[in-house]
Amino acid sequence: MSPIVSGLLNVVGILIVLVALAAGLTWIERRLLGFWQDRYGPNRAGPFGLLQAVADMIKILFKQDWVPPFADRPVFIIAPAVAMVTVLLAFAVVPVSPSIGIAANLNIGLLFFLAMSSLSVYSIVLAGWASNSKYSLLGGMRAAAQMLSYEVFMGLSVIGVVIIAGSFSLGDIVDAQHRLWFIIPQFLGFVVFVIAGIAETRRLPFDLPEGENELGAGFHTEYSGMKFGMFFVAEYIGIVLISAIITTLFLGGWRGPALPPLLWFLIKTGFFIGFFILLRAALPRPRYDQLMACGWKVMLPLALLNILLTGAVVLADRSPV
Amino acid sequence: MLDTAAEAAAVDFAPPIVRELDRHFGNQAFTLQPTRDGIPTLWSNAEHFRTLLKHLKTEIKPPYRLLFDLTAIDERLRAHRDGQPRSDFTVVYHLMSFDRNEDIRIKVPLQGEAPSVPTITDIWPNANWYEREAWDMFGITFAGHPNLRRILLPPTWEGHPLRKDQAARATETGLYTLDEEKERAEQEAMRFRPEEWGMRRHANTTDFLFLNLGPNHPSVHGVFRVILQLKGEEIIDAVPDIGFHHRAAEKMGERQSWHTYIPYTDRVDYLGGVMNNFPYVMAVERLAGIEAPDRAKMIRIMLAELFRIASHLVFYGTMAQDLGQLSPVFYMFTDRERVFEIMEAICGFRMHPGWFRIGGVADDLPEGWDRMIREFIDYLPRRLSEYDKLVMKNRLFQARTRGVGDYTIDDALEWGVTGPGLRACGLDWDYRKKRPYGGYDQLEFDIPTATHGDCYDRVAVRIEEMRQSLRIIRQCVENMPPGPYKSRHPLATPPIKAHTMRDIETLITHFLNVSWGPAIPPGEACVSIEATKGINGYYLISDGDTMSYRTRIRTPSFPHLQMIPAICRGALVADLIAIIGSIDFVMADVDR
Repeated sequence: MSPIVSGLLNVVGILIVLVALAAGLTWIERRLLGFWQDRYGPNRAGPFGLLQAVADMIKILFKQDWVPPFADRPVFIIAPAVAMVTVLLAFAVVPVSPSIGIAANLNIGLLFFLAMSSLSVYSIVLAGWASNSKYSLLGGMRAAAQMLSYEVFMGLSVIGVVIIAGSFSLGDIVDAQHRLWFIIPQFLGFVVFVIAGIAETRRLPFDLPEGENELGAGFHTEYSGMKFGMFFVAEYIGIVLISAIITTLFLGGWRGPALPPLLWFLIKTGFFIGFFILLRAALPRPRYDQLMACGWKVMLPLALLNILLTGAVVLADRSPV
Repeated sequence: MLDTAAEAAAVDFAPPIVRELDRHFGNQAFTLQPTRDGIPTLWSNAEHFRTLLKHLKTEIKPPYRLLFDLTAIDERLRAHRDGQPRSDFTVVYHLMSFDRNEDIRIKVPLQGEAPSVPTITDIWPNANWYEREAWDMFGITFAGHPNLRRILLPPTWEGHPLRKDQAARATETGLYTLDEEKERAEQEAMRFRPEEWGMRRHANTTDFLFLNLGPNHPSVHGVFRVILQLKGEEIIDAVPDIGFHHRAAEKMGERQSWHTYIPYTDRVDYLGGVMNNFPYVMAVERLAGIEAPDRAKMIRIMLAELFRIASHLVFYGTMAQDLGQLSPVFYMFTDRERVFEIMEAICGFRMHPGWFRIGGVADDLPEGWDRMIREFIDYLPRRLSEYDKLVMKNRLFQARTRGVGDYTIDDALEWGVTGPGLRACGLDWDYRKKRPYGGYDQLEFDIPTATHGDCYDRVAVRIEEMRQSLRIIRQCVENMPPGPYKSRHPLATPPIKAHTMRDIETLITHFLNVSWGPAIPPGEACVSIEATKGINGYYLISDGDTMSYRTRIRTPSFPHLQMIPAICRGALVADLIAIIGSIDFVMADVDR
């Protein structure tokens, strides 16, 4: 098979699987929440309610494509597209298995991921701004502050991994874990990254930009139909993305004994997706100022401390004795 | 049963407070009116009543610090007013003293079609809404009121519905139509203009954002609108707007027979079920001189406490939900479902059984009634401890509720706060304990209190109340007395059917009581109880008819909502949601 064909197969395959997975995740999340909350969840459409995702998709695609008259039309339309595009692009650098992956060995892979996740902030800020509604504006403002702050620690928390692996390429980082998963030497970095990751995906307890109890639906209050659907899908792909990146950076990626690499990757990623959903079932939402205080007063020093320790250990290790 | 001789005697042996006021103001200053509820009722006049009220609040020892209720009566069609001063409209001020454990009622007679009386908002801040309500409903102006405008009805409304000449039924008025122009005018009337509330749109360096929260918003617990003046996310000021849930419950009291009004009360605090029947039927019984039999009393207490638990479970779950915790509300609604199953087994209804009757309850307990209740009281404590771990011990939950929306006992009394919101500040005042009614003196339970008066404490107090309610229910189950479930008094409604089969006379009485309803002897009585959300009172006036002359429902949520601006200034929007959740109100209880 020529490299072009296999590359195309990879791209199309990953794209289709991701979108399908995001749709499937809505069902999985609702079923899991139902299970944890002593109720059924969607169980009517198809076996075990599996077709619920299809039904939702049909509904949302056929909804009227409505833009509020008071909104800033072009920006209002671009915002959800930005959300989708950035998460999908970020997936390009994830090594799913030794043979599956689009640009797994991109030498700035990790930076590319961070850049994409920074760009995704725009979708929310623009959506909040273009909606021209007070609730959206408050949501957009919260999102800007929250995501910019947590972006900082997210970037800092992976520096330890980069120092040990000596590369920004995610493929190299996976290779560097052939003996020991980075979760052990980089536990502090792992914790900070997971927390920042939840904040980046705006999931409970970090869903302040939506904060439905306060802001209705926050930045996407005015959205409906497929534009709302794109935010929704982007959020779920975001969950998959963060879980995949955590797996890659700290849990040895697709590495694991006995089972095929793809399966290992799916198991590890699936575990974190489940963890994210469980968080949503369990925790209340902190207040905006508490969230920011926690970020700047706890997470930032932790991330810096982690870099300092890792750097010191690596230096000591390399210096001739 | 009270009779006129006893009433006359009540005047001769005036309560100590009346003699005290006599000494201070001279006995020409007011007239004493006998009432069925034994609350000293004094007629003052529009010139002097403010001095009297001020004296009662600040000078007398111990003082009457709580303005429990402020309402009005349209007296123009009232036949039985023996010995009362001439009056077209009477304004009634009902004060409470926790230190004395006594109430006092001051009445002010007003003449003419456009009555006016000085405001007392400078004495009690919570008089503000009550006076607006009296203006809205009766057209009484309160001179000096800071912002006298309609509160329950839309600003476009014409007339004052609780006046006797206003129609109560749609069929008595013309056909209602809503064309486009009228609709636009109505909507325009809803627009918020900060200037009307003395608010500024700009400060030196900032433009304020006015955020319209509600009437449709996930966290306002019904149709409640609060307009926020924001600087960033910080609340500078707030204006609560109520009335969207107004269903003229008080007016309906004047159109329904004493008996057929019972189901209306269920729907006032719609989470409280039979708890609402309690003060109403007791007030009617007080007027009629009926004493419910012991078994009926115990059944009433048991069902009312079950509803207290059901209501608190909703509060607990939605409070966690308001702070973004998704799961607890499902667990708590599942538990509440068990209460409803018990209700269904006993009453045949779930949320609004309307089970209490004048003189007892609707029917005896079914066979094997105690099994489900026993299971429930064994089951719930375990769940409550689990919820403690899930919610109360959660660090995020604590961070969101500790020190948020706190107020002191003094604030609470100024604003007319009662119930768990008052006990959370540390005042252990519970109607069931301090003035036992309906058989509560036979039961053992504690009054849970807390010290900080913040959102967290308000939740904590309610959780402990559920445990105490379980204790009460257990005692009811263990000690349910035998005997009749309804009084044999001729005014008990409906009369016990078996008694009608003896002769034509009892059959006729039965027929009349069931068709027209009982004619309750003339008089006035206010009976209050410790309801789920605070003190709920029914102030009934009978003119000797088959319907009430005036039904006043004093609900706890009304003053609680009025307090919101006072406790949310300087907080963030998210805090406001916590505060609203912790107050525990339902809009039907506010708007009636």
